[in-house]
Amino acid sequence: MYLSRDEEKILGGVEGEGKAKAMEILCAIGKIYGADKLIPISSAQVAGVSYKTIGDAGLEFLSDFAEKGAKAAVPSFLNPAGMDLENWKKMGIPDEFAEKQLRIIEAYMEMGIHSTCTCTPYLIGIRPKLGEHIAWSESSAISFANSMLGARTNRESAVSALSSAIIGKTPNFGLHLDENRRASLVVEVAAPISKMSDFGALGIIAGKAAKEKIPAFIGLEPKLANEDRMKSLGAAMAASGSVALYYARGITPEWRLADEPENLEGIVVEAKDLAETKERMQSADALDLVTIGCPHCSLSEIGEIAEKVKGKKLKMMLWVCTSRKMKEEAVRRGYAKIIEKAGGLVVADTCMVVAPIEEMGFKATGANSGKAATYLPSLCRQKIKFADIEELL
Amino acid sequence: MRLKGRVIARGTASGEILLSSEPISFLGGVDAKSGKVIEKGHPLFGKSIAGKVLVFPRGKGSTVGTYVIYQLKKNGVAPSAIINEEAEIIVAVGAIISEIPMLDKLEGYERLKTGMTVFVNADEGYAEV
Repeated sequence: MYLSRDEEKILGGVEGEGKAKAMEILCAIGKIYGADKLIPISSAQVAGVSYKTIGDAGLEFLSDFAEKGAKAAVPSFLNPAGMDLENWKKMGIPDEFAEKQLRIIEAYMEMGIHSTCTCTPYLIGIRPKLGEHIAWSESSAISFANSMLGARTNRESAVSALSSAIIGKTPNFGLHLDENRRASLVVEVAAPISKMSDFGALGIIAGKAAKEKIPAFIGLEPKLANEDRMKSLGAAMAASGSVALYYARGITPEWRLADEPENLEGIVVEAKDLAETKERMQSADALDLVTIGCPHCSLSEIGEIAEKVKGKKLKMMLWVCTSRKMKEEAVRRGYAKIIEKAGGLVVADTCMVVAPIEEMGFKATGANSGKAATYLPSLCRQKIKFADIEELL
Repeated sequence: MRLKGRVIARGTASGEILLSSEPISFLGGVDAKSGKVIEKGHPLFGKSIAGKVLVFPRGKGSTVGTYVIYQLKKNGVAPSAIINEEAEIIVAVGAIISEIPMLDKLEGYERLKTGMTVFVNADEGYAEV
């Protein structure tokens, strides 16, 4: 991989040990994947935040790395943490977990990474434009940025995104290049798809079929495919497969680039496939917890939930997971109060998958998200119900 | 015998080779305290990788494995060097942050055997058996 004179200097340690390490990491990745050079990015989104996922090993590395003094060179943001950073006591998070989680956040802040912990940065103003290069590591955000915004990012790991944040660049390979962004699987939707859980189930099916391919959807109704539903679709595909980019006719900005489906292999998804997929995932009857917001809720989703629970007393706990900024707005508009009166919580900075819910006594969890329904049994040892909000509550 | 390879993580080290025919997952596969391989059914099960020149095809498993390599180093039970058939990101980044010299794509990789003493020069890109 070609390095400019300035990049060589950074690698040599002229700008400190932390930057040299970050550069060495980007060089190794570039070498492994055959990148020709480094290219500038406009933002970085760094995963590996929850103490539950990275443990003491991650905490130790981040604390040591922060001490080396390297700082982010571009606007950089975090993925969800293992708890609401302000309201963790109310959530019932164990003290020891909270203490370690806060140390992780401190280490990132020391490196100049914003403590905005969300998987939907694109809902709070961090919206890269068509063709913009970024280095993001949350799989659902990668999918949304590549597909719905037409920005360009590879599937970054926690450390590669952190290195890119510090250097402000990423190795030029994979999805940064036109030739690797061509559709490679047609997904024909031959079912009426309207509800949130339909988009999740479709995502699970398409992700499994696609694995690492780039699906092109035909037959999705653009009027029903709003951003909330498309983020759910993309998240499920990134969880059941490794889909980092998809196209949807009439919906995603670059869909015309992918519109030669006759040459490609394809699958057809019918109503019975969706029903079977949902049916196969059910394992719980009575629920301890219902979780909405995987990926993190938009304001309109929170408003919708508030409307549904207004004046009710819920039989189980309800978590509405979102970003801090969105929660503040939900408080201003009175949605948070309505949800709390019904016995639920608007939870910021975290989600049902990365919070330690299995250590908090929850055994059966409901979700309207295909991604959450995929991960809750394995990562959180939950029995699950995968359905729409009306059915869960 | 001097075998040329590609530099993944800089540095030099020497030691005795411990070779695995199978990929290694560091998260859940290696105990960070003892440096022993704990994955059931793994060809290196029960063996310690501490101080060895660890030779294996590539990493596998969770990306958190990167941090486990770092913990091994801090606990003084990391391999002295790593040689992969073909590097992937989990082990490559783990080696860099832990300052463990690492090479891949070694010419004559198949000639390496457990018990050989080898000098790994990952500044210049070769291993000398």
